[in-house]
Amino acid sequence: MASSTKAPDSVAPVSSSEGDGRDLKDAVIRFAGNSQDGIQTIGAFLAKMAGRSAREVMTYMTIPSTISGGPSIFQVHLGSGEVLSAGDEADFLVAFYQHSYENHISSLRDGGVCIYDSDQVEPDLSDGRVRYVGIPMTSATVEALGGSAKDRGKNLFTLGLVVTIFNLDRDKLAEIIERQFGRKGEDVLRNAMLAFDSGHAYQTGDLGKFSLEMGTNEDKDRIATDGNMALTYGLLAGGVRYGAGYPITPWSTIMETLRTELPKFGGLFVQSEDELAAVSTAIGFAYSGHLAITGSSGPGLSLKMEALSYATMAELPLIVVNVQRGGPSTGLPTSVEQSDLMQAIYGSHGDSPRIVIAPKDVEDCYYVALDACRLAREVSCPVIILTDQALASRIEAFKEPDLDKDFVPASLDQDARGEDFKPYPLDGMTRHAPPGTVMEAGKYPVVTGLEHDEWGHPTSSPALHVQMTARRREKIKAIADELPAPEIVGDAKGKTLIVGWGSTWGPIRETTLRLRDSGHDVSSVHLRHVHPLPSSVKGILESYEDVVVVEMNDEGLYGYGQMATLLRGHFGLSHIRSVTKTDGLAFKIREIIAGIDGADS
Amino acid sequence: MSSQPLTKKDLLADHPTWCPGCGDFAVLAAFFKILEKLQYPHEKICTIAGIGCSSRFPYFVNGHGVHFIHGRALPLATGISLSRPDLHVFAFGGDGDGFSIGGNHLDHAARKNPNLTYVIMDNFVYGLTKKQTSPTSPIGYKSKTDPTGAIDQPVNPMKKLVSNGASFVARTHAAKVKHMMDVFEQAILHPGFSVVEVLSECVIFYKGAFDPANDRKGGEFVEIDESYDPSDSQAAFALAAEDFPGKFGVFYKEERPTKNDLEQKWIDSANPEGVEPIDLLKGRFASMR
Repeated sequence: MASSTKAPDSVAPVSSSEGDGRDLKDAVIRFAGNSQDGIQTIGAFLAKMAGRSAREVMTYMTIPSTISGGPSIFQVHLGSGEVLSAGDEADFLVAFYQHSYENHISSLRDGGVCIYDSDQVEPDLSDGRVRYVGIPMTSATVEALGGSAKDRGKNLFTLGLVVTIFNLDRDKLAEIIERQFGRKGEDVLRNAMLAFDSGHAYQTGDLGKFSLEMGTNEDKDRIATDGNMALTYGLLAGGVRYGAGYPITPWSTIMETLRTELPKFGGLFVQSEDELAAVSTAIGFAYSGHLAITGSSGPGLSLKMEALSYATMAELPLIVVNVQRGGPSTGLPTSVEQSDLMQAIYGSHGDSPRIVIAPKDVEDCYYVALDACRLAREVSCPVIILTDQALASRIEAFKEPDLDKDFVPASLDQDARGEDFKPYPLDGMTRHAPPGTVMEAGKYPVVTGLEHDEWGHPTSSPALHVQMTARRREKIKAIADELPAPEIVGDAKGKTLIVGWGSTWGPIRETTLRLRDSGHDVSSVHLRHVHPLPSSVKGILESYEDVVVVEMNDEGLYGYGQMATLLRGHFGLSHIRSVTKTDGLAFKIREIIAGIDGADS
Repeated sequence: MSSQPLTKKDLLADHPTWCPGCGDFAVLAAFFKILEKLQYPHEKICTIAGIGCSSRFPYFVNGHGVHFIHGRALPLATGISLSRPDLHVFAFGGDGDGFSIGGNHLDHAARKNPNLTYVIMDNFVYGLTKKQTSPTSPIGYKSKTDPTGAIDQPVNPMKKLVSNGASFVARTHAAKVKHMMDVFEQAILHPGFSVVEVLSECVIFYKGAFDPANDRKGGEFVEIDESYDPSDSQAAFALAAEDFPGKFGVFYKEERPTKNDLEQKWIDSANPEGVEPIDLLKGRFASMR
């Protein structure tokens, strides 16, 4: 298998005399500082600007789970071509403090550039592996802001520096800064622009300049946002008007945004006293005839489980978002993991089938939300959106959605129900009768968690339990045939197939493309609908000699990750193997390649 | 829709499966009487319950209803009330459902003041699961989980509800149908979260529990004095501190904005220009360019 883990199009090492006018196809810039330095802000500015320059962008950040303070990084991967991961190694490291330098210098590739704040950092200049450029970022910012003793604005000074070093469009960035800081008053905006422009004017000496190629992306209307926002606006476009939740990282930004936005849409999102109340109130909204949502992260989803089985039993539509983080228990609240797959599919008591969909990138968060809305309506059951911490917080640029095509208005089905109305017909789809609906037969329905007959009347008949269990199963199973075939990179059959789901899509795709470029018989398939799986999945898995499932969870007691376990169990295929990891970080390309090598032997 | 007046006959669904002599029959009968009096449109009546003997209630009312999971009737009913102001929402349940597994929801419904009525049929015992100690079982009560007598301090429902901010708190007795009907009517007409505790005897597992407040069983049913000021929360605490069986009637009543009103006020002011949802979304995406 491939020994090189370098992208063919990555930048060449920068020697001390070079730099001027060098064209870069892509660049990975890591800002390392403390969380209160505002590096997230400038990272987001760069990401927005990339979206406007037809470049691809992917960001990655770590936020300490403390309220303020603590080391934090923001990594921006800018590229003129397809950007599929946040980058294994940084080409440029901007170090604000000694600890930033010490903790992140190893993430800088050989020949990379370390730009450090010479007021704060004393690097080991004898290290010939990388280039060091010292810039007095703290004192220069203080000076730019008229000698006030504070260094607030250091982030914008640094942003100005980056604009100069990479020949970025100063005016476009200034416009983005104005939009952000303009709302905060004139003084704030003036200081921000002063810091930005003095960074922009700073002479970077012998570092020279790098030119980042313009992107080739033809879509004019591109937007840049993070996964939680893409998901939230997808839910609103799909017709969600009511919801309830309880705060937990990294789900909270979805509930905060829905709480703020839904009243404008004539709807409502309520903050509940706990997760049990949140899911119950959401089921109350669903029972009332609305498309409703609740959500959480792993521990909160566990608390919602009893009520989710109720929604399965009562056949009520309900969208449940789970932004996965590192578990078990409080685990790693600000790290990524894909260890809630089994919980999403099989958590809870009884035979309670539900639909589970996992977005692959930030853009897909929007489209998965739309799909979830459609399926919840059509199939009348809980639909879980299984996203993760990496998608939640990272920013990507993508084509602006076509709302004229996607938008689904909210509706409330209150047509009178005729004499022959049955909410749970054995030969047809569920049709709930929300309260307020006139029942022409004069008999009103009680929705129940007890096993019931076609009219919803409780029964303990063994035959009916068999029939109704099958009914709840079959209506979900039926969608497997309608789901689009999973996306395959490479050949329809061959030697090695990498299988992924969720946010590992980018790194797996990049790995596959690199390995294929260097002549390896490797393909990959992405599973977006993880439950039910599209009907074609078994045939796909059977078309390759080796199948390696790559996922961010533990190999478990029997040596297989959660998806690998499911696929082996579902299809009885013994050539399915597993590559897993549990360090709370997104997969690096070289880790996947090493994993496949290991799985090969 | 219903031009004919709504009668008990229209409202009665299946014959209740409660044990003969159960206090809950009287609660159901009183509820029907009030609905006959208030004449809400049939399809707008919505009856919610969790799990327990008394939580079978929705099955016996011919109206839209939900038999939900244990302890969560209130958050579910809150969702219905907030999103469907056209409905009349009633939650029913027992002491285990309301004070134990659903205790947190009761506290928070009390402070949030959603517009709905909650009737707690308190029998001081878990009946459906056949005689375990409940959160209102008195100290010394012998059950299958406390064979030598209950040792934990019972919940004082009136104190709990008043201290958590419920805007209507009342107590009645299933054997006193007229009193119960009067309290129910006041509770239903109260805007906001109105709670009624009904002492409703379990004749199988706690026979005679409420005889001390039943004048036909040698006890004394004492109504709250007419001079009592139900807007005085300190007086309500004092009343709630009286020894069992205590007094009956409206302990506390306060007019304050409901959660429904406050949320609706926000909704009404959130989009003053009346921008269509699709255009709101287009604007959001434009700002992400």
